[in-house]
Amino acid sequence: MMEGQYSEKVMEHFRNPRNVGEIPDASGIGNVGNPVCGDIMRLYIKVDDKETIIDAKFKTFGCGAAIATSSMVTELVKGKTIDEALKVSNHAVAEALGGLPKIKMHCSVLAEQALRSAIDDYIAKKKAVKA
Amino acid sequence: MRRVYMDNNATTRMREEVLEAMLPYYRDDYGNASSIHAFGRTARTAVDEARAKVARFLGVAREDVIFTSGGTESDNLAIKGVASALKAKGNHIITSAVEHHAVLNSCKYLEKEGFKVTYVGVDKDGVVKLDELKNAITPKTILITVMWANNEVGTIEPIEDIGKLAREKGICFHTDAVQAAGKIPMDLEDTPIDLLSISAHKFYGPKGVGVLYIRKGTKITPQLHGGHHEMKKRAGTENVAGIVGMGCAAELAKNEISTEIKELTELRDYLYKGITSKIPDVTLNGHPAKRLPNTLNVRFKYLEGESIVLNLDLEGIAVSTGSACTSGSLEPSHVLTAMGVDPAETQGSIRFSLGKYNTKEDMDYVITVLPPIIQRLREMSPLYEKGR
Repeated sequence: MMEGQYSEKVMEHFRNPRNVGEIPDASGIGNVGNPVCGDIMRLYIKVDDKETIIDAKFKTFGCGAAIATSSMVTELVKGKTIDEALKVSNHAVAEALGGLPKIKMHCSVLAEQALRSAIDDYIAKKKAVKA
Repeated sequence: MRRVYMDNNATTRMREEVLEAMLPYYRDDYGNASSIHAFGRTARTAVDEARAKVARFLGVAREDVIFTSGGTESDNLAIKGVASALKAKGNHIITSAVEHHAVLNSCKYLEKEGFKVTYVGVDKDGVVKLDELKNAITPKTILITVMWANNEVGTIEPIEDIGKLAREKGICFHTDAVQAAGKIPMDLEDTPIDLLSISAHKFYGPKGVGVLYIRKGTKITPQLHGGHHEMKKRAGTENVAGIVGMGCAAELAKNEISTEIKELTELRDYLYKGITSKIPDVTLNGHPAKRLPNTLNVRFKYLEGESIVLNLDLEGIAVSTGSACTSGSLEPSHVLTAMGVDPAETQGSIRFSLGKYNTKEDMDYVITVLPPIIQRLREMSPLYEKGR
């Protein structure tokens, strides 16, 4: 890939991001980033009683890479169990997008963090219900 | 697909006349301007004529025009050259917080070498605070360097006032006029400027050639050592074709500037009106009036600029988030930050910089294409909810 340029896959996800939006009755919501740095991701997951992520949606403020990684991470985790989803790394997200420019790798990290944060939220909510 | 180029502060399309003027010096008259034979003399004549054209364009003496490789080199030569020549006199330099990186990083370099630099702030419109600048002057101040017009937001700085102040205090004054040249009238005959940088490719000339104007008597140490080129101030075989191109571009710019100012101002204001009438939560960056006629920098609330640039690019429209030189960086614009723009909002800024090849149809195209892009991105933005 050329230095500093986006892969075709990144541009494709940027043009047609998958799973944009909110899940009103989400099982978990992850919020990461801040506007000063130029990226905010909010990730929603819907988990069924078999611990499987049956839906994922996102809202993102950020650059092309931030939007593409948000889109890709939601695609990657849909249908996965929570345990499987926890194994989705930022590298997996970047790889699935055909790579990211070096200075945009932090977007994939943010996507991973958004996912973790949503899962943490889900686990916390579940505990709260039990308690 | 329609292609609309609106990134003229990054670079401009070279004019046909300029290209035609340059070609003979690549093809047939390829002599070295320092050679004494006919080939060399032809090249020398061409360089001299170009120098005279640039001198007329700036309203300065021919022998004070030094050709360089562009704006960055001119800024480096001016700042480091004066610092080096006057270091026995003092070690303090004053600049502004909104300079181009060619100036800022030259100053940063000098700080490492033991010089002290004051970065004067700007007001909310990007105008350098004169009082602050005045108060920064010390007996050790050897150089003031403030840009004529800002590349990101287009704000025109009070160059005349700063020049007068510097003259009163006997301090050397340099201005980076790279964005001002060809866009606003510049006549140095009556303006107290000692050094001025310009670059040909910002006014429809070729890339790789610029000028540093050095007023007679200004002490400066060359930064490139070699032959006796350019009044011994800048060694290196002259870029003859490039210099010819710059001369041609300067002559055309001088002749057409008043028409161009009128036309570009009209187009720019039409674009701004169009954008603000169709899109809510848009704010102008830069001075509402004292601004380059071709520059429109606006910020779209709740959004990040790159996603707008990429979407416009998919529609054939070329704009930028700010300076092309900083697009590889993740830092918010130092210019908007210095202007006190809310850090979250600096991210959503887009610079439309128009040029002579733009038409009203281009503006209409942008006004049509932009609103749905902004709407779609806002729908995707977690910051937008609060605004609804």
